[in-house]
Amino acid sequence: MAGFLLRRLLNYLVLIVVATSLAYMLAAGALDPRSNYEGRNPPIPQAVIDARLTELNLNDRTPLFDRYLTWAGGVVHGDFGKTVAGGSVGEDLGRRAGVTLRLITIGLILGSVAGVFVGAYAAVKQYGVFDRLSTGASFVVLAVPTVVLANILIIAGVWFNGLVGAQVFLVSGEATPGLQGGFATQAVDRLQHLILPTLSLSLGLIAVYSRYQRNMMLDVLGADFIRTAMAKGLRRRTALIRHALRTALIPAVTYFAFTFGSLLVGTTFTEKIFGWHGMGEQLVNSISTNDVNTVAAISCFAAFAVLAASLASDVLHAVLDPRVRVG
Amino acid sequence: MTISDEELAEQRAGIDRIKAPSRLRVVAGRFSRSVQGRIGFALLALMFLLAFAGPHLGRWTYTDKDFMAFLQPPSAEHWWGTLQTGADVYAVTLRGMQKSLIVGLLAAVIGTTLAAVVGAFAGYFMGWADRSLTWITDLMLVLPAFLILAIMSPLFAEGQWPLFVLVLALFLWMVTSKIVRSMTISLKEREFIQAARFMGVSPVRIIFRHVIPNMSSLLAVDATLNVSAAILTETSLSYFGFGIQPPDVSLGSLIADGAKTAVYAPWTFWFCAGLLIVTVLAVNLVGDSLRDAFDPTAKRAGQ
Repeated sequence: MAGFLLRRLLNYLVLIVVATSLAYMLAAGALDPRSNYEGRNPPIPQAVIDARLTELNLNDRTPLFDRYLTWAGGVVHGDFGKTVAGGSVGEDLGRRAGVTLRLITIGLILGSVAGVFVGAYAAVKQYGVFDRLSTGASFVVLAVPTVVLANILIIAGVWFNGLVGAQVFLVSGEATPGLQGGFATQAVDRLQHLILPTLSLSLGLIAVYSRYQRNMMLDVLGADFIRTAMAKGLRRRTALIRHALRTALIPAVTYFAFTFGSLLVGTTFTEKIFGWHGMGEQLVNSISTNDVNTVAAISCFAAFAVLAASLASDVLHAVLDPRVRVG
Repeated sequence: MTISDEELAEQRAGIDRIKAPSRLRVVAGRFSRSVQGRIGFALLALMFLLAFAGPHLGRWTYTDKDFMAFLQPPSAEHWWGTLQTGADVYAVTLRGMQKSLIVGLLAAVIGTTLAAVVGAFAGYFMGWADRSLTWITDLMLVLPAFLILAIMSPLFAEGQWPLFVLVLALFLWMVTSKIVRSMTISLKEREFIQAARFMGVSPVRIIFRHVIPNMSSLLAVDATLNVSAAILTETSLSYFGFGIQPPDVSLGSLIADGAKTAVYAPWTFWFCAGLLIVTVLAVNLVGDSLRDAFDPTAKRAGQ
C-alpha cells in the first residue's frame, strides 16, 4: 500500500511539473503583455517598456525558453514571479486562495453530502414521488451551465428581496465593507453573502451525485448481503445505512476525483459572477490583462488541487473498501 | 459430395427466410419505446428546425440593428424584443444557437473519435505505447481545460472557429479513452480477434475493423453526452469573451449581455438561456435513453 501510494505520488509530481510548464509556455506564447503599455497617451518610450517588461520577466524579445528558465528557477525557490502591476504573485494568490478554498469546501461538503443522501433515499423509495421529482430536477439542473445558474440565482434573489422588501440575499462580494456591529451581525452578513454562491456551486454537484448514488444504491439493494443482514435481525434502517450505503459509496468516491476539476472551473465562474475576490476571479482577470506569471501560478495550483483530490479519493477508496487495503 | 449444392441452397434459403432482427433495429425499437427518448428526440429535432429554418421566417438578420427600437419588449415587429444595441433578439438568438449546435456536434464527434483511437491503440498494443498514451491522457486530465482554451482565445478571432472546435475536442476525450482502453484489453482476447490476428491481419486493420466497431454502443452514447458537454463549455467560454469572437454571436455571449439587463428587460436573458437549457436537456435525454437502449441488462417498462 505504501509503495503504491509513493509511486502514485511521484507520478503526480512529474505530472504537475509538466502541466505547469506547458501552461507557462502556452501563456507566455499566446498572451501579449506588451500591449498593456502600447497605445497609451502620451506614448511610453520603447526602451522604458522593454526595461519594465524585462524586470517582470515578460519581455517577448527575450527567447521563450530563457524566460521559462528564469521563471522555473524562481518557482523552485517558491517565487512565482511578479504580476503585471509589479506585486508578488505568491502573496496575491495566497490571499485569494483562502477565499476560494472557503467557497469550495462549503460547496463541496454540502453538495456531496446532500447529493449522496438524495440519491440513496430516491433509490430506497424507487419510483416513488420523491424519486421521480429528484430525477426530473437533476436532469434540469444538469442542463443549466454554472454561468446561467448563477445569473438565474441572482435574478431570483433580487426578485425575492423586492418581494419581502428587505435585503435577504446579498449578491455581490463576500462581506459588506465597513459593516459596524458585533460578531452576530458580521456572521449574519457573511451568511447572506454566502447562500447564493454556495447554491450555484452545489446544485450541480447534488444533481450529479444523486443520479450516480441512486444507480449504485439500486445495484446494492438487491444484493445477498443486505438480505443476510436483515435476516440476521438487523433493522432495515441499520442494514441500509451500515451495509448498503457504505458499499454504494465506493464508486461515488472514485467519481469525486473526476468531478473536482469541473468544480474548480465552476468556482471560477461563481467567483467572477458574484464578485468574490478569489483565485477564479483572478484567473479571468489575469488572462484579460495578459498576466503570464499569474496564469502559470494558478494553473500550477489547479493541477495540484486536481491531483490532491485524486489522491484523497485513492485513500478514501482504501478506507471504504477492504479489498484495496489488503490486496 | 453427398449433399448436392441445390439442396444446400434450399436449406440456406429456408434459414434466410427467418430473419434475425438486426442490432440496429432492436436498439431503435427500444429507443422509440422509451418516453424519455421520444421527448428528447422531438425536442432536439425542434431545436434544430428552429435554429436552421427559423432565421428565414424572421424579418431581421443577426447583423441588423433597428435604430428605432432599443431594448424594446416583444412586439409584432420584433418577435422576441430587441437588445440595447437595437439587434433583434429572435435573429441573434437563433444565430447563436446555430453556432452552439455546430460547435457542440463537431467537437463531440472529433472528441469521441480521438477517445476511441487512443484508447484502442493503448489497450491493443500495451507496453510502451500504452504507458506513453496513458501518461498523455493523465496529463490532459490535469491541465485546466478552461484556462488553456481561454489563453488561446485570441487565435479564434476572425472566423477561426474551426480551430476552437479542435481545441475544445482535445479536452473531451480523456475519460472515455480510459474506458475504451480497458474494454480493448478484454476484447482482444476474444476468439474473433485472435482468429484475425493468426490469419495475418495487420494490427491497425484489426483495431479499425474489429475492436472499435465492437464498442460502437459505448461510443454512440459518449458522443451524444459529449455534445452537451461541448455546448456547455463553449457557452461558458463565450460568456467571458474567450470563445466565439465578435462580430459573430453565440449563446454564451448573448447570455452574458442579457444577464446585465435581465432584471428590467427579461426578454434579453430568458430566450437565449431558456433555449440553451432546453437544447442541453434534450441532448442529455437522448443520450440517457440511448444508453438504456444499448444495454441488454437494463430494466425497461413493459418487459
